[in-house]
Amino acid sequence: MTVVAAARGVTKRFAPRGPAALDDVTLEIAAGRVTGLVGPDGAGKTTLIRILAGLLRPQSGQVEVLGGPAGAMAGDVGYMPQRFGLYEDLSVRQNLTLYAELRGLPRAEHDAVFDRLLAFTDLKRFQGRLAGQLSGGMKQKLGLACALVRTPRLLLLDEPSVGVDPISRRELWSMVGALVDEGIGVLWSTAYLDEAERCAEVCLLNAGRRLFAGRPADLTQRAAGRVFRLEAFAGGKRDVLARTLNRPEVSDGTLQGRSVRLVMAAGEGAPSPKLFAAGEGARVIPANPRFEDGFVDILGGAGKGTSALAATYAEAPRGEGPAIEARALTKRFGEFTAAQDISLNVARGEIFGLLGPNGAGKSTTFKMLCGLLTPTSGQGFVAGRGFAASGASARSRLGYMAQKFSLYGDLSVAQNLAFFAGVYGLRGAKARARTEALVEIFDLSRYLPDNAGALPLGYKQRLALACAVMHEPPVLFLDEPTSGVDPITRREFWTHINGLVERGVSVLVTTHFMDEAEYCDRIALIYRAREIATGTPDALRAQAAALTGAADPTMEDAFIALIEAADMAREQAAA
Amino acid sequence: MGRLWAIIVKELWSTLRDPRARITLIVPPILQLMIFGLATTLEVKNFNVGVLNTSAGRASYEFVEKLAGSPNVGRIVRLTSPDDLRRAIENQKVIAAVIIDARFDRAVAAGRPATLGVVLDGRRSNAAQIVGGYINAIAAGLAPGRAPPPVGTIVRNAFNPNLDYLWFTMPSLIMLICAVSGLAVTAQCVARERELGTYEQLLVSPLRTHEILIGKMIPPLLSGLFNGLLYLVLSTTVFGVPFTGSLILFFLTLVLYLLALIGVGMLVSTLARTQQQAFLGSFLVAVPSTMLSGYAGPVDNMPPWLRTLSLADPCRHYLVIVQGLFLKAMPAEAIWPSAWPLMIIAVVTLSAAAWLFRARKE
Repeated sequence: MTVVAAARGVTKRFAPRGPAALDDVTLEIAAGRVTGLVGPDGAGKTTLIRILAGLLRPQSGQVEVLGGPAGAMAGDVGYMPQRFGLYEDLSVRQNLTLYAELRGLPRAEHDAVFDRLLAFTDLKRFQGRLAGQLSGGMKQKLGLACALVRTPRLLLLDEPSVGVDPISRRELWSMVGALVDEGIGVLWSTAYLDEAERCAEVCLLNAGRRLFAGRPADLTQRAAGRVFRLEAFAGGKRDVLARTLNRPEVSDGTLQGRSVRLVMAAGEGAPSPKLFAAGEGARVIPANPRFEDGFVDILGGAGKGTSALAATYAEAPRGEGPAIEARALTKRFGEFTAAQDISLNVARGEIFGLLGPNGAGKSTTFKMLCGLLTPTSGQGFVAGRGFAASGASARSRLGYMAQKFSLYGDLSVAQNLAFFAGVYGLRGAKARARTEALVEIFDLSRYLPDNAGALPLGYKQRLALACAVMHEPPVLFLDEPTSGVDPITRREFWTHINGLVERGVSVLVTTHFMDEAEYCDRIALIYRAREIATGTPDALRAQAAALTGAADPTMEDAFIALIEAADMAREQAAA
Repeated sequence: MGRLWAIIVKELWSTLRDPRARITLIVPPILQLMIFGLATTLEVKNFNVGVLNTSAGRASYEFVEKLAGSPNVGRIVRLTSPDDLRRAIENQKVIAAVIIDARFDRAVAAGRPATLGVVLDGRRSNAAQIVGGYINAIAAGLAPGRAPPPVGTIVRNAFNPNLDYLWFTMPSLIMLICAVSGLAVTAQCVARERELGTYEQLLVSPLRTHEILIGKMIPPLLSGLFNGLLYLVLSTTVFGVPFTGSLILFFLTLVLYLLALIGVGMLVSTLARTQQQAFLGSFLVAVPSTMLSGYAGPVDNMPPWLRTLSLADPCRHYLVIVQGLFLKAMPAEAIWPSAWPLMIIAVVTLSAAAWLFRARKE
């Protein structure tokens, strides 16, 4: 095994007294395999990659790249930053030409290399198109192609799969697989834990520290023999999940369709269903451990299953109609139809998921339902109120949380809370009491005077949720709420959401995380502006199993199978 | 009302806590005060004059002595030949050169009208014109009584008896600073939300469009009032400019002027996608507005189409008001013709901004 790049004991601080972005991190990248750099946002992945690329200098530690110091062998290193420097106003081919010239590829070789790369990335059909008009997945492929204009010996990929739908993600992986077979050493950084399992070696970072290095299976193995599935229980799944998480014997628990997936604490064997008062018919079945189980285990297991937020939350009113309703929503931007005839109902106390590839119309649908976009035709209702007739009244009944941190970073935590209390009409003693309760629930008191923008990521997430539920809305809109956060914070977030749903709150969520999809009661799959499938996660999996014949497909398999079936149906209709 | 209060407080904090906004708030007023108040002057002092004297009479001697004695003249450079004179002007050793030949003394002695030659450096046209004026004045005072001018003029400078340039610039600075910093602060407000991703969070809240926009008008309004007050106090105390008008009218018209500027800035902000664009946009508006205001050159000297265009410029109307209030004790009925255009500009731009804000939500 040849090591093409190594960082040993690397420490990097951006402010002399500030927290370490990287704290004594060691990493080796071997030729001919994919090394995964895995961890949530803010873990230090990008900093480490920039150090390896020679763009940053660490305060201490050694860095060796292709036998020299970082940055010395730039010609043999391919580097694809998070938002690749594509020139959006240049065409695909012009971008390639530009990078070929920047990297000194002889003119005579241009055509041959471009043909090979365009075939490799399947972009040949689009070479005349402007880079700005490509989809997220295609942009990443073009970025990869640009990083490969001169075949590198080391390829550094910074979160290539962010914002890329599962289909494009699989394509990227198979492309990188082909490169590895040529003997290139690849570093692939990602916040998606399921991607870790595809890497030969993994370096797991959290908050600047290396938690694990080695084969991913070794981390997964930590949870071996402790993972079970609780099935066929009586009572609500969220209720049972909360009860299991509250048991000291249980280290981690998540929903998986109609079953609960459990990781028992170290030293515990298979639990009896009686432990959770899950009813007569409940069964406990051993399940396969996953990389994430090992990660959660290192971090000390998930928290408790009862949400303090839900305990104080006003019960959502019982109305006759659905909490969220879409009636034949259609949105056109000029010639382009972004969403076509979408109808759905979300009942009181239901979590409804919107899934779909990028640019398929999922965000457009979401925005029409929370009043950010006015539909071209059709109507959207929240708690029985239409946006067309009574926008402000509908808006005062919904809470909204976006994927990107969208609070005021220059304002303090206290000022952010005060602003949202005021905007949602809370005043005087009531506003104070509610704010104090939220500060208590989310443990924000020590951060009150700090700028919200400077909070650790997990606390930003908490503050965003606190502001969204300030006015105890009966309807919540969540736009990729936990992308990039660590698994503990994600579990805590869903514990709150599950608790609120038990109080009758309805939730509409868009997500790329298949884990999050599992928390939904029902899912609508949006593809090419249309709703191609709607149902419970189990039903969608069953539908996919019927299509492909595979037994027990994952949510991601189901997603891909249903989209491929939709493509096939469309081609047949066209033929 | 609670919602409106919440957004006003939030806007004030965002302006005060955002480092970039803080800079646009603090730096321009100080910089402008330093540059306009202390560095640039409209007077010409300390200039050098060349003298090519080929006469040797009493009158020419007297003239050169008077010239040298003038408090504005720095040094007299004696020139020996026309070539010498050309070089002195070319190398900017002197801004003006006086040519005196023998006929000058003879004419003065004979009591006939005498002529001096003056060469001015046209590259510095403004200063040269003023120097030309000084030289004329000295020449005119050379022979009082001996050759009385047929018609005399006695000049009394109304409102500014000593023609102190600060009396003109300091009031105009209030117009300038409000335009520069008011536009910059307002232009950032919507664009900043768009760029930081807080825009959608704001739009899904029960806030109405007018509440959002009113909230965003408060910081530039307050900062403009503060600047106005600061310059008013400094002009009258430090720089000794008299304020003869009504303070109530001063603040009322200042608010009108600021509302008009905020309307323009808000239009820029709703059109801009990023803070960068908003900043460039506010620059694009601020420069021509101050140029057309009449500060740099009288509006009456502009070609007719520019004069018409300047009617839409809030700076033009406010300049008339602020100078009138400082120097002329302008009463309300004299201010009115300049005040109502400000109202119209404010109403039109603010409604257009609100309409655009709604239209560009998506």
